[in-house]
Amino acid sequence: MDASAAKFIGAGLAAIGMIGAGIGVGNVWASYITALSRNPASKAEIGANIWIGFAVTEAIALFALIVALIALFA
Amino acid sequence: MASPLEQFAIQDYTAPLFTIGGHHIAVTNSAVFMMGAVVLSSGLLMAGAGKGAMIPGRIQAMAELFYEFIANMIRDNVGSGGKKFFPFIFSLFIFTLFGNILGMLPYGYTFTSQIAVTFFMAMVVFLGVTLIGLFKHGLHFFSLFFPHGAPLFTAPILIPIELVSYLSRPISLSVRLFANMTVGHVLLKVLAGFVVALGIFGVVPLVVLIAITALELLVALLQAYIFTILCCIYLNDALHLH
Repeated sequence: MDASAAKFIGAGLAAIGMIGAGIGVGNVWASYITALSRNPASKAEIGANIWIGFAVTEAIALFALIVALIALFA
Repeated sequence: MASPLEQFAIQDYTAPLFTIGGHHIAVTNSAVFMMGAVVLSSGLLMAGAGKGAMIPGRIQAMAELFYEFIANMIRDNVGSGGKKFFPFIFSLFIFTLFGNILGMLPYGYTFTSQIAVTFFMAMVVFLGVTLIGLFKHGLHFFSLFFPHGAPLFTAPILIPIELVSYLSRPISLSVRLFANMTVGHVLLKVLAGFVVALGIFGVVPLVVLIAITALELLVALLQAYIFTILCCIYLNDALHLH
């Protein structure tokens, strides 16, 4: 097999890591909506924290993407 | 067509000013935008804070908004003893925010998309917070690595885990900001490539591009916020040890 082909396969494999981040971000927002529908008064308190949870989870997808980009270009 | 990664290239604007360890130090586009962020933010905030009118104008209202935002963040997340770190946290937030937003300007350069910049900032925060914790609590600081109430026989497992998670903080903090900025700008360039390549049908990706630009502005604000609030949380850990 050509070395450059392995590079592309590697980049694609690295992108699999985003599955977990997708499930995670979905979970974050699903729990947010569940919490809000149970207790709408808590919107101000949860509203600020949800972004931390979102950004920390989303970063995992970006780590996978960075590995993919390193495999492609570096 | 130019590579989408070309926008992150560092360009020298001047001849090398001096040399440190074989590296020629010159004024680069990254440095120009960093200085721009500092000049612009301090100019805006000084103009806002200068008069101190009873009924704030637009600039003063903006400066007060920033102040209250960070002051609330520190009060909620650090609590007592956090007030004296306000100038540092505030500068960190404003510098990151202006870096992110300036990068969204056409022909702008995002200096927060350089791992060297974000890793340096994260490392300063990490070392500073660790030293603050050590000075405040002495050797008792190391109880941070063992959660309260955990059975003693779990120590051989828990302490390495906590240690690794503590030591990986600067990496995750810096890579999060760097990756968000890099990936966002690569995405914008790739979509812009579609607009050009598709000719008249390029309006479809153009609409998407406008929406993604709005999203990137949100991400620029959000990542500055996340960077700052995580620094607050780390500071809280060091000051109050769980």
